[in-house]
Amino acid sequence: MAASPDSADAGKSRGLIHWIDQRFPLTSLWKEHLAEYYAPKNFNFWYFFGSLALLVLVNQIVTGIFLTMNYKPSAAEAFGSIEYIMNDVKWGWLIRYMHTTGASAFFIVVYLHMFRALMYGSARKPRELLWIFGCVIFVLLMAEAFMGYVLPWGNMSFWGAQVITSLFGSLPVIGGTLVEWIRGDYVIADATLNRFFALHVAALPLALVFLVIAHVMALHEVGSNNPDGIEIKKLKGPDGHPLDGIPFHPYYTVKDLVGVAGFLLLFCGVIFFEPNFGGLFLEAANYVPANALQTPPDITPVWYFTPFYAMLRAVPSFAGTQVWGVLVMGSAVVVLFFVPWLDRSPVKSMRYKGPIYKIALALFVVAFVTLGVCGMHPPAGIYPLLARIGTAVYFAFFLLMPWYTKIDSVKPVPERVTGHA
Amino acid sequence: MLKRLLLITAFILPGGAAMAQDAGFPLQHADTNINDIQSLQRGARDFMNYCSGCHSLQYLRYNRVAKDLRIPPATMASDLMFTSHKPFDHIVSAMPAADAVTWFGKQPPDLTLESRYQSVDFIYSFLKGFYADKTRVWGVNNLYFPNVGMPFVLAPLAGVQKPVYKSVTDSSGQAHLELIGVAPMSPGSMTPAQYDRFVRDIANFLDYTAEPIKAQRESMGIFVTLFLLVFFAFAYLLKKEYWKDVH
Repeated sequence: MAASPDSADAGKSRGLIHWIDQRFPLTSLWKEHLAEYYAPKNFNFWYFFGSLALLVLVNQIVTGIFLTMNYKPSAAEAFGSIEYIMNDVKWGWLIRYMHTTGASAFFIVVYLHMFRALMYGSARKPRELLWIFGCVIFVLLMAEAFMGYVLPWGNMSFWGAQVITSLFGSLPVIGGTLVEWIRGDYVIADATLNRFFALHVAALPLALVFLVIAHVMALHEVGSNNPDGIEIKKLKGPDGHPLDGIPFHPYYTVKDLVGVAGFLLLFCGVIFFEPNFGGLFLEAANYVPANALQTPPDITPVWYFTPFYAMLRAVPSFAGTQVWGVLVMGSAVVVLFFVPWLDRSPVKSMRYKGPIYKIALALFVVAFVTLGVCGMHPPAGIYPLLARIGTAVYFAFFLLMPWYTKIDSVKPVPERVTGHA
Repeated sequence: MLKRLLLITAFILPGGAAMAQDAGFPLQHADTNINDIQSLQRGARDFMNYCSGCHSLQYLRYNRVAKDLRIPPATMASDLMFTSHKPFDHIVSAMPAADAVTWFGKQPPDLTLESRYQSVDFIYSFLKGFYADKTRVWGVNNLYFPNVGMPFVLAPLAGVQKPVYKSVTDSSGQAHLELIGVAPMSPGSMTPAQYDRFVRDIANFLDYTAEPIKAQRESMGIFVTLFLLVFFAFAYLLKKEYWKDVH
């Protein structure tokens, strides 16, 4: 392949790429994952959140690296080092707010990303493994967020860690030993902070990055689902490409850029105007240093854990142990892994499912939000009842799915995708 | 271990009750303005003169305050620094921690982050909420912080307030007195309006100390938003151009 005569520069860069290609699959990777990865042309609003999750992951890693340069992982110095970052490190306040806002943003985009999959049947065959990788990412993300929350060593960090690690203590036989092993001490202490720091900045991000790569590889192996829930690979044109597919680059790179701009408007709005986000993203009770002798009046986790926390508290202790609540909370996450096999409907997308699935999904969303609100309030008044109803609806959505999706009516699924955004 | 879990759960459960005591007296609105540099300067002066003997601002340095609040370094050193500290030092109270515990039962809290931990309105209300109470060791109590351990050091300025009680009959038919507010008892050197401003300035200053970048962050945010709106418009047009041939 000769360089065009009028462009010596292009020839030179093609020469460089050729040199690299003989040593590393640069062009073939570019083609496989971007320029010749054919994605359905009918992606809608809900398809922004995958690329946004990637953006937030990069944001967390980059800002995290800079925070690490000035943060001190010791019980004596951690709290002060955060204020050092805020007041003495150049642009430290911005780096910190990008990280704290990014943590909440991560859960927002991931919850919406998962909701999209429930709407359009994205977990269904052949995307089961893709979904499972995603579920593992979600579990690791929760661990990552929990440990990150402990690092500022505020009083809510301390007591939140105390409560959450205690949950493992309710497990029979091994509980006590397990909690000591996790904490590295009899209580939350300097040793705990150090190991959480190691896990938060090295082990878990590394695992997350590998899993995200596996998630994208699995996606590109089977191809993206779409709002119609039909396989575009079934109908290919004479060129061998799906008739309803368009190359990810440039079509979806420029489209995702619009999503990024919209996201950044909201993200920066929070960072610059309301970084506490009314106490949801940064809690007031964490602006006083950890104090083992002073319990905050009300220990609540950050908003993204509150639905699960509400389920934990919704279950009363029984037979002299609290373990049931812990098991219910754990099951609420584990049940997600089985979604690909729980849905027995002949169609994937809710567009062609009957009213039963739509009602079930709507009830599920209402239950999840209700549980989130319950988890933010002390379990008094109406909240314990609401939390129990919410927990029941949450599990009913998944556990009854094999039956209600089977009896639900379906509409005929079109051959080709409908419309494009 | 199980006991500990139950113990912790027990701490969580009555959470609402502990807060209920405070809920009786809604906070007064401080109406401060983080961009009012004169109010911040007065607040800094008054904090240093009346509060910093016991309360530190240990996460903030003198020279940072001087720079942000446009206080000349010489004025800062002569009028606002009462310890042997250098301008780059953190603002730490001269009171020895061990003595503080002996005198007050606990070390007076650092106030750098108080407005983020409590709120600006709390600081404002708290400083206006002291009333005479002979049962307390310092002779005062506080509407917004019952049984507070702090003596009312601002009494010479604010004067002293007395509690106002109302007789209420509870469900078992017994009458008892319930605290419903305070009323002036003896005047101080300031008029109520002067003391209001004094307290508002201190609350404003503590809003600043909790996040010195706050005012700058908000003004910067306007430009960031404008830039992103333009970016959004161009990104949208670019997308539209590329997608013209998708049918």
